[in-house]
Amino acid sequence: MDGHTHHHTSDRRELQMARSMCWHCQSEVSGEYFCDRCVKVQPVSKELDYFTCFGFPRRLSINQQKLETKFYELSRAFHPDFYQNKSDAEQTISLGNSAMLNTAYRTLRDPIQRAEYLLDLEAGSVKEIRTTPPADLFEEILELQDILDEFRASDRTSGAAAALRTQLQSERATLEQRQRDMEAQIQQLFGRWDALQDRGEATEQARAERDRILKEMRDILSNRTYVKNIVNDLVATIA
Amino acid sequence: MARIVGIDLGTTNSLVAYMDKGTPRVIAGRHERAMVPSVVALTDNGLIVGDPAKEHLTRNPERTVYSVKRFMGKGLADVQDELAYFPYTLTEKGGVIRIKLGEKTYSPPQISAMILKELKLRAEAFLGESITKAVITVPAYFNDSQRQATKDAGMIAGLDVLRIINEPTAASLAYGLQQRTQGTIAVYDLGGGTFDISILKLKNGIFEVLATNGDTHLGGDDFDQLIADIFLADIRQQYGLDLKAYPDHMQGIRLEAERAKIRLSEELKTTATLDLPEGKGWFTRELTRDQLESLCNALVERTLGPCRLALKDAGLTPADIDEVVLVGGSTRMPLVRQRVQALFGTQPHCELNPDEVVALGAAVQADILSGGTTDMLLLDVTPLSLGIETMGGVMSSLIRRNTTIPASAKEMFTTYVDGQTGVDIHILQGERELAKDNRSLARFRLKVPPLPAGVPRIEVTFLIDANGILNVTAKDMRTGETQSIEVKPSYGLSDLEVERMIEDSFKFAADDVSARKLIEARLDAGALIATTEKSLADGGHLVNTEDIASIRGALSALTIAKDGNDPRTIRARMADLEQAAKGLTVAMLDDSLKRGLQGKKVSEIA
Repeated sequence: MDGHTHHHTSDRRELQMARSMCWHCQSEVSGEYFCDRCVKVQPVSKELDYFTCFGFPRRLSINQQKLETKFYELSRAFHPDFYQNKSDAEQTISLGNSAMLNTAYRTLRDPIQRAEYLLDLEAGSVKEIRTTPPADLFEEILELQDILDEFRASDRTSGAAAALRTQLQSERATLEQRQRDMEAQIQQLFGRWDALQDRGEATEQARAERDRILKEMRDILSNRTYVKNIVNDLVATIA
Repeated sequence: MARIVGIDLGTTNSLVAYMDKGTPRVIAGRHERAMVPSVVALTDNGLIVGDPAKEHLTRNPERTVYSVKRFMGKGLADVQDELAYFPYTLTEKGGVIRIKLGEKTYSPPQISAMILKELKLRAEAFLGESITKAVITVPAYFNDSQRQATKDAGMIAGLDVLRIINEPTAASLAYGLQQRTQGTIAVYDLGGGTFDISILKLKNGIFEVLATNGDTHLGGDDFDQLIADIFLADIRQQYGLDLKAYPDHMQGIRLEAERAKIRLSEELKTTATLDLPEGKGWFTRELTRDQLESLCNALVERTLGPCRLALKDAGLTPADIDEVVLVGGSTRMPLVRQRVQALFGTQPHCELNPDEVVALGAAVQADILSGGTTDMLLLDVTPLSLGIETMGGVMSSLIRRNTTIPASAKEMFTTYVDGQTGVDIHILQGERELAKDNRSLARFRLKVPPLPAGVPRIEVTFLIDANGILNVTAKDMRTGETQSIEVKPSYGLSDLEVERMIEDSFKFAADDVSARKLIEARLDAGALIATTEKSLADGGHLVNTEDIASIRGALSALTIAKDGNDPRTIRARMADLEQAAKGLTVAMLDDSLKRGLQGKKVSEIA
């Protein structure tokens, strides 16, 4: 087993330790959502990661069907509708668990959010990632900004504005294609990441490969967000 | 667990429903009418609600409140444009609209509470038990203040509001229960004053809302107003009469416009008739369906924008929608049906009565909460993005619209100045960039221990519960202490005000002894009718046909009295029935005594 995975396994054990006692009957619970003895719902630990919450390994390719089935199953377990006749404590737990479950589902369902979340778990906060333009598009984007400014300042009914609009529309198509390309690249990285995890090697090469994948993913995500923002701006301007 | 009823608190009509052995049913009042007009009138004999109050719309317009739902959770500035249309007087206090009725003013939740109480009484009389718990529906596009106002109304009416549920999703529960549908459905809900569109995915009993959108200021009332405006213009032209100076006639026009609109859903042309003031006789005008449709076309078009946005947010196209369900009385209009069918490319469903389906769904949700129905679960969303105001008056979004609820978001706050003891937080709801363009929900001051700038770390949790209502809690990360937050709602009643209104409503209830007496008399009458019918069935053979005829006569007299409003009459008819059934009661007693003796003999022998 690779050192890193091991690190997370022990993490998980600590989490379970932190909530190893049923809040109600004090009997031992080993990470289940309901106490074996008194059948009371247990609060989902705030530190529990979304993959574990769904009982999934920390892989990037996810079967949407399985995810949805699990989401529905856990919703039936936690939703406040089913705790109306229970104690205040149980109602509070049900509310907290449901809110957490909904966030987890929303995050894992979307491949981009899922990738950002994994980066966050594996390599620290994604919020610190600055959105940067793709290096090869730098010139093109500067030029685009100029056209956008020119269009904004123009008389929209003029022929010049119509020409600018056509130009912007073609830029939009190019950028949207670029965004799709980057999303395909991210998908490829999903495959590489999952294969690496499946091999579970603890070698120096494996660690290096892991760091490479995470770095590439971070760069592409950052570029993609940048391009996406530009496209949104473009769409809003020519609308 | 005590019974929970489902209530559709509508702009024009309200209904109450309950679950009867797995089937939701609306509770009808007199004349088998399930709908209670959402109208409250102040008369010489006090406040009245529903059908009798509706009669006062034309007789007593300044003292008759209708469409109060339009004012829930709002300030006076929000409704400035339509003030001229309402004959009653609106004022404002503490950011909340107040409605003047005689000497007193009432908040919209208090008026709504009177309607809720009427429904509560109706349910109690019908079910023969005290009702204290309810599920109440609201338009899906209602914001936090409007939801909170609805909850307040329930509390003032003496109801524990266990859940606020969205009208289109309630309708989907009623349809889902009936048809066991699977797939993606769109619920198009055009009511008296509000419009909602919800896109849901139905799978194995889970009703997952994918997106919702709407307009809380668009409904049948607006169609009526357009028609009324035409009548007004014609009358001005033909008679040189400005009816705006005659509030009673204005209400007459509005009601006649509504009736003409309803008739035109069945007929191709109709004639509206109005009596004029100043002895000018009668005004008649022919209106064709074509005219109505060209008049209302723009309003119907306005509903399609939210439909497209909801589809987009759900990541779907019209072709992905398997079924469309129509809800709300205004969907009876052929024009509405055509437009909806054209947009989604599928024939819309309207098997269930569009006036009743929301209340039926509320009863299903009530049954889910009481543990009766366990295979269905509704996963709804919050209709509007929730955020806080940040530097420069910009809204920073914390929970996006169409996020499944319950939903929570955490935000860490600190200080900018040494020794700062508070951080002001302004909570907003809406989709616009700037704070000022969004709806202000509430403000509160976070208490911070005096420390060097940047040292305090207060984590604030914003939690939208299953009702779509916001709860805020704060935790000092350094000490681990949680702090209770007193939120000052921007457009809502404070907890203290609600408490006072609940007390007031008890006082009114005490004043209103006759109302209480009426309920009790109805309950007792219901019980007596039931036992007498059972006696007739069990012991009818013990008395002669004349006795039976007189019992039957007294029974039907009591049934009629029970539907009336006078407790004394009910008591009198009860006494009559008891008198008529005396012979039967005695005969049955004798009979059971005889059998008892026989039984004894048998045991003695044994």
